[in-house]
Amino acid sequence: MSLENKILVKLKSAGFRLNDKWLVQGVSLQVEKGKIVTLIGPNGSGKSTTAKIALGIYKKIDGEVEKYTNKIGYVPQKISIDWTLPLRVKDFMSLTENLEDKTINEALSLTGVIHLKDKNLGDLSGGEFQRVLLSRAISKKPELLVLDEPVQGVDFTGEIALYELIKKISEDLNCGILLISHDLHTVMSATDHVVCLNGHVCCSGSPIDVAKNREYKALFGEQASQTLSIYEHKHDHIHTSEGKIKKN
Amino acid sequence: MLDDFFIRALFAGIGVALVTGPLGCFVVWRRLSYFGDTLAHSALLGVTLAYSLEFNIALSVFIISALIALILINLQKRTNLPGDALLGLLAHSSLAVGLVVIGFLSFIRFDVMGLLFGDILAVNVNDIIIIWIGGAIILLVLKFIWKSLFASTVNYELAEAEGLDPDKAKAIFTILMAAIIAISIKMVGLLLITGMLIIPAAMARNISNSPQQMVLFSVIGGLLSVIIGLFTSLEFNTASGPSIIAASLFLFILSLLKIKQSIKLKN
Repeated sequence: MSLENKILVKLKSAGFRLNDKWLVQGVSLQVEKGKIVTLIGPNGSGKSTTAKIALGIYKKIDGEVEKYTNKIGYVPQKISIDWTLPLRVKDFMSLTENLEDKTINEALSLTGVIHLKDKNLGDLSGGEFQRVLLSRAISKKPELLVLDEPVQGVDFTGEIALYELIKKISEDLNCGILLISHDLHTVMSATDHVVCLNGHVCCSGSPIDVAKNREYKALFGEQASQTLSIYEHKHDHIHTSEGKIKKN
Repeated sequence: MLDDFFIRALFAGIGVALVTGPLGCFVVWRRLSYFGDTLAHSALLGVTLAYSLEFNIALSVFIISALIALILINLQKRTNLPGDALLGLLAHSSLAVGLVVIGFLSFIRFDVMGLLFGDILAVNVNDIIIIWIGGAIILLVLKFIWKSLFASTVNYELAEAEGLDPDKAKAIFTILMAAIIAISIKMVGLLLITGMLIIPAAMARNISNSPQQMVLFSVIGGLLSVIIGLFTSLEFNTASGPSIIAASLFLFILSLLKIKQSIKLKN
């Protein structure tokens, strides 16, 4: 590991509050070039919020965000497109940056949806649309990719292929990836750094370290870390509802 | 032989249609029809102020409409009232205030019907110059903010995340709306301007399958509406605004036939 790894985005105890309720707070993490950082955590633990803080979508935040790149590709978790717009897949590909036809074709081929290029976006299935979203994000060859559940609704074999593609992209483009995933197997095999969230950072580190962590087990169950040796750390707080922390 | 006033009206109408085409698409895409209406209604106040202060009409309408847009954005932040109630409030109160002010201006000969529904006889060379220069500026600015505006129309967060500036684009677009109302008020009249924005775009939506195509068809639809409408207006001595809008309605109905046909083909 070289020391020259360029930091792309850095959160310093960042948090976001909506109507006096903290969605997430005290998150510190950084994404470097060529590295995959994965956010895991239960529903409502602030994974998407953290991604949106990193992207600058949420502006009134606590703490700090430092962004060192403007070449960003984003796959949001939820996207609702208004069908008053006649929009084909190829129009959607050039949404935020004009791309050459060749680049569009390459990106669509990578995720296996080149045949949908001239189709209307509204006619795609959920899984097809998800693949288009992913191709759009990678087509502009970003330095930072933020993928919020990028394979939701994709069939099982496709899921594996897409995760492999994501790993390959991070190597080929040497871009940094902030990934949000529910699939713990993928997290364990493809990730450089895992951040486990539950309203705040529960634990973080390499996948193996996190899997050994007690908090991780408390969140995901014993099975999730079964194959790994047991590592205990002193858990100095408990969680109340809404992910608040109560010191023991 | 066509009369001079008619040629002038044609030039003015074509200039307006070239601008309402692309703007109208965004009005449809972003669901801003009632917003357009509100700005148009407030235009009456702008016109009356222009008369009483002997000020340029287009400029005065532009300032008042832009002001109303600002007030709307402010009210949205300060009150809990829903957007449509605020729009109605501003539209009707500014229309009412405008009509009351007209009552006080009894010393000026006022053609209220012309204001509400447009008057081709009233279009002079000055108006044509304002329409074409104003229109060119509107289109240039629109081209400049197109990427941000379009991307955020599709999805705000994607646009924001990937380095575009949706908020700025939205603010500028609001000003463009005020500007198009200001330059087209003499032609179409303030009650029907929104129709000029929406109906050709709606027609275009029926027959197009990409955004660029929709903009193109919307412009063509607007041009045809102006030409057909103005000729009917000349022939039957009807007000220019309603004639143009009726022509665009006619085109919209034709576009529905096309949809019906393609559904038949699919089956």
